[in-house]
Amino acid sequence: MTVRTLDETLREHPFFEGVGEEVVALLAGCARNVHFRPDELVFQEGQPADFFYLIKEGRVAIQLHEVAGGASIIDTVDAGEVLGFSWLVPPYRWVFDARATVDTRAVGFDAVCLRTKCDADPAVGYVLLSRVARTMHERLEAARVRLVDLYGTRTR
Amino acid sequence: MTEVLSAERSQAVDAMLPRSFRVERTRRDTRDTFTLELAPVGGDPLRFAAGQFTMLLAAGVGEVPISISGDPSGGGLLEHTIRNVGSVTRALVATPRGGVLGVRGPFGTGWEVERGEGGDVVLVAGGIGLAPLRPALLQVVRNRERYNRVLLLYGARTPEDILFAPDLERWERDHDVEVAVTVDNGPHDWRGRVGLVTRLVPRAGFDPSRTTAYVCGPEVMMRSTALALRDRGVRADRIRLSMERNMKCGVGLCGHCQLRELFLCVDGPVLGFDRLEPLMSRWEL
Amino acid sequence: MTGAHTLALDDLQELIDILSSRGYSVLGPTVVDGAIDIRPLTSVSQLPHGWGDEQDGAHYRLRRRGDDAVFGFACGAQSAKPVFFPADELLWRSRSGPDGPQIDRPDDDRPDDDRYGPPYAVLGLRSCDLAAIRIHDRVLTGRAVADAHYATRRTDSVIIAVTCTDPAGTCFCVSMDTGPVPSEGFDIALTELYADGPHRFVARPGSPRGAELLERLAARDATDEDLAHAASVGEQAAQRMGRRLDDTNLKNILYDNAESAVWDDVADRCLSCGNCTLVCPTCFCTSITDVSDLAGATSERHRVWDSCFSADYSYIHGGAVRESTRSRYRQWMTHKLAAWKDQFGTSGCVGCGRCITWCPAAIDITAEAGELRRVAEHREERRARQP
Repeated sequence: MTVRTLDETLREHPFFEGVGEEVVALLAGCARNVHFRPDELVFQEGQPADFFYLIKEGRVAIQLHEVAGGASIIDTVDAGEVLGFSWLVPPYRWVFDARATVDTRAVGFDAVCLRTKCDADPAVGYVLLSRVARTMHERLEAARVRLVDLYGTRTR
Repeated sequence: MTEVLSAERSQAVDAMLPRSFRVERTRRDTRDTFTLELAPVGGDPLRFAAGQFTMLLAAGVGEVPISISGDPSGGGLLEHTIRNVGSVTRALVATPRGGVLGVRGPFGTGWEVERGEGGDVVLVAGGIGLAPLRPALLQVVRNRERYNRVLLLYGARTPEDILFAPDLERWERDHDVEVAVTVDNGPHDWRGRVGLVTRLVPRAGFDPSRTTAYVCGPEVMMRSTALALRDRGVRADRIRLSMERNMKCGVGLCGHCQLRELFLCVDGPVLGFDRLEPLMSRWEL
Repeated sequence: MTGAHTLALDDLQELIDILSSRGYSVLGPTVVDGAIDIRPLTSVSQLPHGWGDEQDGAHYRLRRRGDDAVFGFACGAQSAKPVFFPADELLWRSRSGPDGPQIDRPDDDRPDDDRYGPPYAVLGLRSCDLAAIRIHDRVLTGRAVADAHYATRRTDSVIIAVTCTDPAGTCFCVSMDTGPVPSEGFDIALTELYADGPHRFVARPGSPRGAELLERLAARDATDEDLAHAASVGEQAAQRMGRRLDDTNLKNILYDNAESAVWDDVADRCLSCGNCTLVCPTCFCTSITDVSDLAGATSERHRVWDSCFSADYSYIHGGAVRESTRSRYRQWMTHKLAAWKDQFGTSGCVGCGRCITWCPAAIDITAEAGELRRVAEHREERRARQP
């Protein structure tokens, strides 16, 4: 088994596809490999949003905990996708719970580090932000379509 | 005076006459969806192509178009998977074993899964849309060696609404079909995916340059899936969709299923996205 | 012209008698409830002697012509559509049996109410209505699966056409290249002459059967003078079209302007009543209605006229595809003037003008098509002017 450097890992992730090597190398300075066991909480609603994750393997469920009836899963994030938007926007606080459903490997970016680098170099910030915006757009669009309950029984 | 084609007159009369089929078995697939297995009362089994539909008649209640969900290779019982949502479908699924239903058809164009031979095949289903795709999958796994990668991307409402779960398992285990299921709403103990089925398209492992895709589900889902497939580089004419309109006669005479110049009961229901795209992006066309 | 004869009204009576004796149900125009419509005909006295019509948007009136013309009206309230394609056709009857419903084919058991069944001989059809029959032949019998009931009613039918001599304000057959002089699809074509000499009819055969019938009448051959007179009647009628429809590039204009504001405007006036589809000689949409007795022991399936203006027409699970009047009118007109060409190789409009006459809101297909063209071309011009 070959050991990949963080740089290599990031460049192979679809999120960084087409992003210049210097930018990836710069952002790699904020990153580290992380691992979550099945059912382990990745983050929790209300806690400071201090990380941004690229999922390499496994699956993370984004959950909303309701008072009665337990949590329901509103989205899942799989290998090749990214997890967490709240680190980007004040007050930097998680809105949902995130829990690994299976053994999950990811790259975690320190949010303060990322924000500092983006502030220092707006060009880098723009690259990162447009990538994040693309993902947010995908998720928002999917969430909106799901609002109509496509497969449900419609009655008028 | 005027020459009127009379050669096909008997054919036309037959197209409007239902054949009697007996209910051999009714299988409950999910809380609201049932599969009826029918045998002809006399005569040969119905020959059909994957993707075709019939008009099912509950005597005295009405007639509805239903896709055939069984094996097109013939011999077995005629299967229809029906969602119990209206007065006719309620009467159909309530027909007891031994009861008789009327069947007209089969009608319309099929999936033509042969077109995908030699390349990758991606089937994308939303909700009850898996039922019309099941004959296509049965045909593909029967001739599995003629296809390269076979993927089934399937979106259901909740885990309880997942259709044909034993089939999904068997296709994955025995026939090297890559099955990805996603639901709109998952309970906390659900280990599978949650999200829109179109989200599975960008990262699914097929080679767009040699892929044929078969898509069935609500029109909104088919449209966004077709766009996602084309964005990945699948040719529009190789993205085949099954359209739903008000099929009544099944032979293009009654006019109800028109989509601009198309009579979907004979020109469709299965058509390429190249043909459908301009017709799908306009409201109430 | 070979085989043309000049007939008197008595000869027409003899023609009706011959056709009746040969087993035809003879039908023709007559005055019914203040309008001219097609009914069973035994005598020429039933023809609308001296009646003409006035037609305009939402307007139809019979008027006294002041002469003895029997075909002096423009077009009746209905074409021959109800003859060959009735509003309600029994498809089959069934009785419940041990193996489910036992279905009787209608051929085995013709309904009792079908006294005026085929073969039909229809007298007095206009050129526009002949064009509509040709279109129905193509739509209903010229494709993979034919409408057997229509085919049966059309089999051996005899068509006696008439040149339109006095077109109405709603007529535009010249625009659609379907009239006013019958050119094909008839056994005999009559041109009624009531000025310059005695009341007479110049009759041209259009088929061997028509020629044979004319020979039987022992009428005199048409003189050159009669033929010339008949031709000029047709030419004059062609000059007196009340309306015009420009068919040039119309398919693309309709396809490309599905979102035009013109549709909103017409939707404000359209009542979605479906009158236009009922009187249109080419509208062919039908629905299937099953009726059963209370015990469910017997049932019948009927094919009935339907209209793309009804909500049920486009119903799928969840609702109607076309909820709005805007989309229904657009469907009707786009099908008639555009999609029809892709489907059947001709326009679906024959220029008879009935949809204009019988629309309670006086919506005019020629005006709407013209407006759509005007707005579309204006937009194109504006776009072309932009750098």
